[in-house]
Amino acid sequence: MIERDLVIVGGGPAGMAAAIAAHENGVEDILLLERDHCLGGILNQCIHTGFGIEYFKEVLTGPEYAHRFIEKIRSAPQIEVSLRSFVVRLEEDKRLFFIKPGVLENVKARALIMATGCREKTREMIHIAGTRPSGIFSAGLAQKLINIEGLLPGRKAVIAGSGDIGLIMARRFMLEGAEVKAVIEIQKETRGLLRNVVQCVEDFDIPVYFNHRISKIYGKERVEKISAVRVDGDFNDIPGAEIEFECDTVLISVGLIPENELIEMAGVRMDKKTNSPVSKELNRTSIPGLFVCGNSFKVYDIVDSVSRDSVIAGRLAAEYLRALR
Amino acid sequence: MNVFDTLIIGGGVIGTSIARELSRYKLRIGVVEKEEELAFGVSKSNSGIIHPGTQNAAHSLKGRLCVQGNILTRKICRELGVDFKEVGELIIAFEEKERTRLLRLKEEAEALGVPGLKIVNSAWLRENEPNLGDKAVAALYAPTAGVVSPYRLVYDLSENAKKNGAKFYTMTKVEKIAPRGACFEVYTSKGVFRTRYLINAAGLFADEISKMAGVDDFKIRPRKGEEFLLDKKREHITDHLLFPLPSKTSKGILIITTSDGNPMIGPTAEEIDDKEDLSTTDAGLKKVLAAAQRMVPSISEDDIIAYFAGLRPVAGDDFIIRHEDKVPGFINVAGIQSPGLTAAPSIALLVVDILKREGLALKRKLIFKGHRERTIHLFDIPLAKTERFIKKDASYGDIVCRCEMVSAKEARDAIRRGARTLDGIKFRTRAQAGRCHGTFCTTRLLKILSEETERPLKKITKRGPESEIIKETRTDD
Repeated sequence: MIERDLVIVGGGPAGMAAAIAAHENGVEDILLLERDHCLGGILNQCIHTGFGIEYFKEVLTGPEYAHRFIEKIRSAPQIEVSLRSFVVRLEEDKRLFFIKPGVLENVKARALIMATGCREKTREMIHIAGTRPSGIFSAGLAQKLINIEGLLPGRKAVIAGSGDIGLIMARRFMLEGAEVKAVIEIQKETRGLLRNVVQCVEDFDIPVYFNHRISKIYGKERVEKISAVRVDGDFNDIPGAEIEFECDTVLISVGLIPENELIEMAGVRMDKKTNSPVSKELNRTSIPGLFVCGNSFKVYDIVDSVSRDSVIAGRLAAEYLRALR
Repeated sequence: MNVFDTLIIGGGVIGTSIARELSRYKLRIGVVEKEEELAFGVSKSNSGIIHPGTQNAAHSLKGRLCVQGNILTRKICRELGVDFKEVGELIIAFEEKERTRLLRLKEEAEALGVPGLKIVNSAWLRENEPNLGDKAVAALYAPTAGVVSPYRLVYDLSENAKKNGAKFYTMTKVEKIAPRGACFEVYTSKGVFRTRYLINAAGLFADEISKMAGVDDFKIRPRKGEEFLLDKKREHITDHLLFPLPSKTSKGILIITTSDGNPMIGPTAEEIDDKEDLSTTDAGLKKVLAAAQRMVPSISEDDIIAYFAGLRPVAGDDFIIRHEDKVPGFINVAGIQSPGLTAAPSIALLVVDILKREGLALKRKLIFKGHRERTIHLFDIPLAKTERFIKKDASYGDIVCRCEMVSAKEARDAIRRGARTLDGIKFRTRAQAGRCHGTFCTTRLLKILSEETERPLKKITKRGPESEIIKETRTDD
């Protein structure tokens, strides 16, 4: 077992900002674990602009925004980056086990920052009835397929939910020459940022159905059709108001859940409803020296706020380590 | 032309069990399956329960085969390296007046030879099943109930049968059956197969196959069951399989923990006409949730991470397993609904007996390789062992599916062992079966499947032709 001053799990915007802040506050031994083959997290697939307006006072794309942090990390030899490293177990005393090709490592962290991000809610979590053909994707998976892999997963899409990723993917599908039949939103207004509603949906004349939910997915092997119903203020179906859309793809963009299964394993007190740590203070948890930041602490609207608050986690970890000595 | 001594139609648990049993003998055995992979019909939506034999009529064929199958399954699982967890079942009475029904069930089951039965009271229940609602007054406890992974059992049975010479043909749909002398000619989408004995284990389509062979005296009525899987975090919600008292058409809505550790609630039981209707419904969810919460009140709608529907192939009250004298050499194995998975090994033995009676010469092979090396799943081995595997092969340390901890090595092995689709990989390895539903691993699995099978990405499917994932690639013209 190796002992490290600070271990950070997650090399997306939160983990990188925390690592840099901890380093700037005097921590000299930092291990940053990232399970993907490069740093940057979800920013890498967000090739649209709109990042950095608050944090850098500039308009950047996701990869550009990430790059600013990656450069800083590269220039700090005190931050060791371990890629393709997947944490499989976390214990209460901040001991963790991670594996990567060829190795299983066992590290004890004096201070630990979890920056594990979030995952998208699935079709299953909102219980859309019907069949289970191919062609049902979370908006983020569709984004990865198009932007990273150069693969178009559908030609005629309906989008469930008006979350930002869904709105951005509506535009992305249109730009790729695919068709977006509708955005179906159960709430009476959009969940996404206003700029995304205007630039991604209104500018492309995509109809948005508020107070509607997808009631059923049809299709044996591939999605063929969906039906949607109008709902009242308590989300109960209003009978007789069913509309149908022929499509080969359904994108699900109905919200994000903090990814916190590791801290739950370690015994951190959790809020079961939000899947985030119970905490009175930003980034802190019920385990001293174990901090959570970014979207795994709470789901943020924009990455600029993630960076801002994750800097505080880095500082808190530095203070905690100073107090230990 | 492909020539066989016995040809089996249907690559589910019944077809593969029969194939493996027959592969002990010097025979040419073939199995044809219309889907792209085995177990993609009725078997894939089986709940995986190895029933003790309760809840069957006293003199029923299925009752007898179930009790025997419960014993045989354990041996087969040991030989094939399949997990069998004996967890025991509780059939629960919620009202005093239901106690007499429990006693009747116990008597019926004892007549069939189900071992170890006892009636337990509410104090026992509170101690041994603490999450059970406090309205439970008593239960029939059957300790020999267990769970297996139904699809992994099918894959491992087929793999072992293959090792012993049986031949499997997927995407091979039977279109016509014609007698030719003492043989049958079976016309399929992949050409003609000739066989002396023809075994119909075609599940939902057994009536149609039987009709092609010239026996048109039963109908398969699909009975739909919707099932809902809960997050693995709720793994310890129950310790036993929990059943309410059975109804006429089904064993009721149950709570079980599958062999992979996800609690599962369901199934519904609804007679339908369409043999391909696997849709789930809002009404089904409501019904299942209410029934499950009646047993375990702390189950919440938010625990649900997946759901699916399966069809039970029902042909009357009992199984139909017989040689059709009208069509010599043709054996029907039809209407194998619950407890078909449990009964599968005894059904296989019964079919071997029938074949023998009908004149098939059964000569044992000198060497039958009955054992199969256990498939490695990182999610169910301790870390120390994982470390050894990673040292032996670095790609065990290359995690593809983060929710279920599945490595690239496991995914590649699954393909080498026969997976051809994303669902095939899921059933074998659990990759994509966790709480994120493949959001994070689908891209990687597409590429691995494409590399291993040498098919372009556009040809990779979820579960066979027409379920492609990708519509266009950058390199398209």
